Amino acid sequence: MIYAASGLPTRGDPNAPANREKSAAGSQGAAFYYVQNAKKDAHTDNMVTVILADYRGYDTLGEETVIYTAGLICFLLLRKRKKESTP
Amino acid sequence: MTRKDDNPIISLVSRSVSPFIMLYALYVIFHGHYSPGGGFQGGTMLAAAVLLVRLAAGSEVSQLQFKKSWGTPLGSIGVLIYFSTGLVAMLLGGNFLDYQFLPLGGHADAIRGWGILFVEIGVGLAVMGILVAIYDDLLEGDPD
Repeated sequence: MIYAASGLPTRGDPNAPANREKSAAGSQGAAFYYVQNAKKDAHTDNMVTVILADYRGYDTLGEETVIYTAGLICFLLLRKRKKESTP
Repeated sequence: MTRKDDNPIISLVSRSVSPFIMLYALYVIFHGHYSPGGGFQGGTMLAAAVLLVRLAAGSEVSQLQFKKSWGTPLGSIGVLIYFSTGLVAMLLGGNFLDYQFLPLGGHADAIRGWGILFVEIGVGLAVMGILVAIYDDLLEGDPD
């Protein structure tokens, strides 16, 4: 695995398959679009914030729901009840 | 959870440092548009500020700052802020979470920036409330 990892493209390489304008099949590459248009689309300098909250808003809503569900399960399992229902 | 050997220095320092941690957490949330940061990170720091007082000064003192019963409602409010931001955009003619249809003035790109801010605030409140609530729930069986 280490040997295979040495053949990976360097970080930020514009010619890496993930960063090309067109994918191998000829469709528009997502990463290229984000880098080019994030500031223009959302008037926000931080590209990561735009991707996280705008382009991938559904994903972040799902993450928040996971955290909320974890909290609710802790609430339901660990809260002490006022009265014991079973003797 | 008051101990007999309560240390006044630890109690005083934790209580005076906590507001500054909260201030920096708000900076992290609201400056997420321009620098690394955002709702998750800022919410975690807000929770850390509350938990610092919980741990150092004892449960009774920290109830004055953040009551035990507030955690879960605050988390619900955070999730509702996020969800209603998306829902308002949908009701006003766009897709779900399509912020440029929010009823704010200005160009579409500026409105999208505001929508991102609302969403980050919702995430921050939810993360803070839920983290504090989990801590309080785990301590519920404590005999003290």
